[in-house]
Amino acid sequence: MKGKVYGGWVLFLMVLMVSSAYAEETIAIGVAGPFTGAYAAFGAQLWRGAEQAANDINAAGGIVGKKIQLFKGDDACEPKQALAVANQLVDRHGVQAVIGHFCSSSTIPASEVYAEAGILHITPASTNPMVTERGIATLFRTCGRDDQQGSAAADFIVQKLKAQAIAVIHDKDTYGQGLADAMRAQLQRLGKKEILYEGLTRGEKDFNALVTKFKSLHADAVYFGGLHNEAGPLVRQMKEQGLKAPLVSGDGIVSEEFVIAAGGPAYADGVHMTFGRDPRKIKEGQEVVDRLRKAGFEPEGYTLYSYATLQIIAAAIEATRGTDGVAMAKWLHAHEVPTVMGPKGWDVKGDLKTSDYVMYRWNDKGTYDEVVP
Amino acid sequence: MDATILAQQAINGLILGATYGLIAIGYTMVYGIIGMINFAHGEIYMVSAYLTAIFLALAQFAGITSIPATLVFVLFFTLLVTALHGWFAERIAYRPLRGSNRLAPLITAIGLSLVLQNYVRLSQGARSQGIPSLMQGSFILPIGSAGGSVQITHVQLLIIVVAFLGMAVLTFIMHRTSLGRACRATEQDLTMAALLGIDTDRIISIVFVIGAAMAAVAGVLVSLNYGSFDFHIGFITGIKAFTAAVLGGIGSLPGAMLGGLILGLSESFFSGFVNTDYKDVFAFALLVLVLIFRPSGLLGQPMVTKV
Repeated sequence: MKGKVYGGWVLFLMVLMVSSAYAEETIAIGVAGPFTGAYAAFGAQLWRGAEQAANDINAAGGIVGKKIQLFKGDDACEPKQALAVANQLVDRHGVQAVIGHFCSSSTIPASEVYAEAGILHITPASTNPMVTERGIATLFRTCGRDDQQGSAAADFIVQKLKAQAIAVIHDKDTYGQGLADAMRAQLQRLGKKEILYEGLTRGEKDFNALVTKFKSLHADAVYFGGLHNEAGPLVRQMKEQGLKAPLVSGDGIVSEEFVIAAGGPAYADGVHMTFGRDPRKIKEGQEVVDRLRKAGFEPEGYTLYSYATLQIIAAAIEATRGTDGVAMAKWLHAHEVPTVMGPKGWDVKGDLKTSDYVMYRWNDKGTYDEVVP
Repeated sequence: MDATILAQQAINGLILGATYGLIAIGYTMVYGIIGMINFAHGEIYMVSAYLTAIFLALAQFAGITSIPATLVFVLFFTLLVTALHGWFAERIAYRPLRGSNRLAPLITAIGLSLVLQNYVRLSQGARSQGIPSLMQGSFILPIGSAGGSVQITHVQLLIIVVAFLGMAVLTFIMHRTSLGRACRATEQDLTMAALLGIDTDRIISIVFVIGAAMAAVAGVLVSLNYGSFDFHIGFITGIKAFTAAVLGGIGSLPGAMLGGLILGLSESFFSGFVNTDYKDVFAFALLVLVLIFRPSGLLGQPMVTKV
């Protein structure tokens, strides 16, 4: 270097060197979801899945010789906080790919931040159609869509339960209402009309007035778009008031938490829900399931989705020999990736090519089984 | 309109309203005596829900099997520990700021509510917690059209009985005992009461303790009724109970109960016969209407500025 070298410049260069040396050692991946707040149980699923995947990949030597380092971003399932978390992950931690968020209402605003930064963003759990409908090229998901999920539920209620008077309830959230709308649209296609379409308030526990209303309208099936926190008290109060109509819901109640929120297995018994084919039963994932169980964590719900998501990110980095979001997205659109949940491939929007929603039924032991079609 | 459904909705509203009323007492008494809104009160109620689960487990551990004995055990200890929380809250967050700017205690109240929420979250976890149903079964009363019947579960009946019993005991204390007289005197004029030999600090502490105890009663009953709770339930219930207190006339004891019942019934009827979506909008619109025509609430006394 010729001429004068100013102290400030030296310092600046040193910082640059240190930070780039740091970046060479690891690949920073963000895991965003509700780690606190009412929906923290789902955040724990995402984190445990990603953590296990990172440990497994690192133990096998990392990706392209680098180790994976995970950064937690807590959005508490609130859109505003999700935006802050997204900015923090990108600006402060410099993540090169993101797993998350959980709630669709968080994923949608946060995805704009990742898209702007050109980062690969894969959500393992946000099922609202709008997530991928907005045409963000670097956004993918490893779960199904609510329109597929809602249709599966409507088909089941009409064809299997043979319900005539169907009440549709949601929690006024992007996910919950989106699911209820999708289910309602399919009902219409089947030539049925719901007797009731209303939204309850998240965070409340008393839905007795609503349940009495179901009774007065002689509902013979109730569909709920929302999460377990409200579904639990709702089904308990339905049973307490002696309503025989079954409750059908979506993947927002796929957690043991639902049984707790309902007040015990006796209340959860008989509730139906749509969810992807149980990932714990897919043979590719057996080793991982055993490992997580040995560590004392039941890989329910979205745990394995999160694991698979990190595998997909790792495969894309490996294939493109870099972390450029656009290049990785291009590769993912054209290739199928083997994961713990079997091979996964994507359409142009970033949705999975195959949807595998099936109906489950909670039993009196507090677990759920697939309903035999 | 079907009489059966009408009666059932009235019962639903009554139960909801009774719990709002119990919690509203804490807001109304604290406001009455030191003129501040204790925004951490909803969190005190949430703490009592957790304590219910803890003492229920302890009761089982201690070998108490009969249901009435368990209930008394749980109610007594939950009340005790929750009241302690109320006492500490006043001691730590409000007493050092007494006499300062009116805004300062309001801000510590919000701070305290965050502290309580996170203290429970960190010690008990963010997941929902559940308790086993102690009492199952319900009474079925034939009302209305042929074959129509209204039902009330045993727990719900217990809620109504205990809420009104608690209210009666509290009214007795406030109007017939020397402690109540001291409370009323302090409420009227803090400085004058102190000059006349009333230990006003002690009275203020007692008011916080009573408010917390009433929230504890609500916490036990509501936990038994819904069977589950999480660290977040204090927020929305707190806002509703606060609304009830304002509706009834903040500072007035019967007003708190009345406000709770009106709020519970209006939510229940609106949700049952009109639309659940706008239930809260209706409740708050009602509040605004009442405040326009009776700025001090339904049973509130208009504030007289002392000269």
